[in-house]
Amino acid sequence: MFEVIFLQFLNGLDKGSAYALIALGLTIVFGTLGVVNFAHGALFMIGAFCAVAFRYLLTLETVHVDPTKLSPWGQPLEVREPLVQAWFGDFGAILVNYSVPLSLLLAVPVMLLVGVAMERGLIKFFYKRPHAEQILVTFGLAIVIGEVIKALFGPNPHPQPMPTDLRGAADIGAWLGMQAGVITYPLWRLVYFLFAIAIIGAVFAFLQFTTFGMVVRAGMADRETVGLLGINIDRRFTIMFGIAAIVAGMAGVMYTPLLPPSYTLGMEFLVISFVVVVVGGMGSLPGAVAAGFLLGILQSFASMTQVKAILPGIDQIIIYLVAVVILLVRPRGLMGRRGVMEA
Amino acid sequence: MTSFMSRRDLFLFAGFTGVVLLLPILAAPFGAAYPDLLQRFMIFGIFATGFNILFGLTGYLSFGHAAFFGIGSYAAMWSFKLLSLNAVPALLFALIVSGVFALAIGYVSLRRSGIYFSILTLAFAQMCYNLAYSVLTPITNGETGLRMALDDPRYLDRLFAEPAAGMPVPSLFGMSLGGWNGFYFSAFFLIASFLLAMRIFNSPFGLALKGIKSNQTRMNYTGFNTRPYTLTAFVISGMLAGLAGALLVVTDPLAGAERMRWTASGEVVLMTILGGVGTLVGPVIGAWIIKYFENIFSSFNANVLNNFYSFLPDGVREVAVTISSKFVGEGWHLSLGLVFVLIVVFLPGGLMEGFRRIAAWLGRMGNGSKRASQVGVQPAE
Repeated sequence: MFEVIFLQFLNGLDKGSAYALIALGLTIVFGTLGVVNFAHGALFMIGAFCAVAFRYLLTLETVHVDPTKLSPWGQPLEVREPLVQAWFGDFGAILVNYSVPLSLLLAVPVMLLVGVAMERGLIKFFYKRPHAEQILVTFGLAIVIGEVIKALFGPNPHPQPMPTDLRGAADIGAWLGMQAGVITYPLWRLVYFLFAIAIIGAVFAFLQFTTFGMVVRAGMADRETVGLLGINIDRRFTIMFGIAAIVAGMAGVMYTPLLPPSYTLGMEFLVISFVVVVVGGMGSLPGAVAAGFLLGILQSFASMTQVKAILPGIDQIIIYLVAVVILLVRPRGLMGRRGVMEA
Repeated sequence: MTSFMSRRDLFLFAGFTGVVLLLPILAAPFGAAYPDLLQRFMIFGIFATGFNILFGLTGYLSFGHAAFFGIGSYAAMWSFKLLSLNAVPALLFALIVSGVFALAIGYVSLRRSGIYFSILTLAFAQMCYNLAYSVLTPITNGETGLRMALDDPRYLDRLFAEPAAGMPVPSLFGMSLGGWNGFYFSAFFLIASFLLAMRIFNSPFGLALKGIKSNQTRMNYTGFNTRPYTLTAFVISGMLAGLAGALLVVTDPLAGAERMRWTASGEVVLMTILGGVGTLVGPVIGAWIIKYFENIFSSFNANVLNNFYSFLPDGVREVAVTISSKFVGEGWHLSLGLVFVLIVVFLPGGLMEGFRRIAAWLGRMGNGSKRASQVGVQPAE
């Protein structure tokens, strides 16, 4: 029985990691700029499509007809040669194999650019407007981004293969000294979880241990005073928006082998990650992370057949159910500060 | 009659009724004068009017109204299947069921306001949607969607007559509801909903709702218990959404879960904002425009575009066609999203505010030195 529970716990981790990363970015945006960003799921999606585009670039190939080689039917063969392999040889093959993690190199600058452009181009006009209008304009933006992706990449999902070395399963049970082969866990999910932990740790360290992070935290607590001290807090908040976009984008890149991205991906994750933010408490970074993992794991437990036998359909609604209960009994969420958005 | 509504409202109501009833003629120059599309105009007009009673008056932004729309559809379909092919019991049943759901969901969601209210309604709508897709398949028929069958029981009908041969179609006391009959049937309900909205806007109840929108705390301090007011508005708007859903089943006898998706909820928000939130006719206009362009734009393809740009030289035309084809046909949501963003940024009051500004501007142009406020044409509100 312990094995079953432990396995479900592990199964919830990868989804939980994705929720935590998106919710973290959402909370950064809300905590710094006070904006409710319905387009944050779209940023996750743009990240995922960075991986698609990167792989597409790597696998461009030349096609020429070779008259000396004949197929069994006597036709000349088409010879396809990937450009990367032509240029770099075996190293090129490794590049293609590791395209997903390498896409991070593309995703980071792209996401920074997208994030800053979004904040400077649209969202900064909405600081003083009511939350309802912020929701509306970012919702419209999310539609636009989704449709642009659809126009560029087509409506079908694009499966991304994971690197061959990271396929297969890790025998976590054996590592922990239990019987071998009982608790196995797909290697890539483990990678995703560790990656998420690293990113979350980096964001917290950045906020906690750098001067920039200190100023940002001060600005989150009292924007006006920090501004009066002669610090250009707006620019730092813009950069934080870019960082939030990078976090969402990197989460999207690494998630592509688990779920082939399509243009609806952003909307699918957005709803859930908002629920995650609310459960964790608006504006609380640790709350967002904790709630992300918590809800991912709860969802995993709810999809156990034993649980579904007692409560049919619970796996479909558990996240929303938890959100409703939390919102009604503890309005500021699990770890929200008293008085922040408690109305 | 004057005691029932003011002279201005009477004009507005008469004008609205006239436009709706003459729509088959008025829409002809736009190529929209066929019953199926016009019926959608009516149905989504009702949906947006109902949504506006909640969002426009109280400022509570619900992101889950499609749930009531879908529930209305399912309820009407079950009435067709179990009771009778007559549309009247179906609509009544849909009103009751969606009203009960709205009461329950509203009672819980309205305990919070602002963004939390939006998230709560969204969560409830997603629960309805997910359940309709999975566990409730015996009731909703899951992904396939619920439709009528020859061997449905239809107890009320069978009491009076043997079922006719052929596929069952909804009717009104034996009168077919296909084609223009269906349009006028829906038009009747749109006009009725409009009248209801107008009465609410001008009633003390409506004024209390507007007070809640501008400052709920102050309303509480003046001794108003605001909860029953918002809940009533929520239930009314949920019931109108259910009514619209039921009418859609009358036109197109298939009830599917995708009508409850949160993107569908987003659509009614778009309609209301586009037309003008908080105005009477705005949401209806928004609904018509979105449904019209959805219909027109979706039918555009490369050929149509080539004809449209036929005056351009070849190279330029190809570029123009390639670019515009991303905005029409399959990609028409892109145009919708862009227009929506522009509206929220520049015209938060929607098209009605645009009309008002143009009217005020014309007034200033016409009257030279006179102050605009004196002559500013009062918009239809």
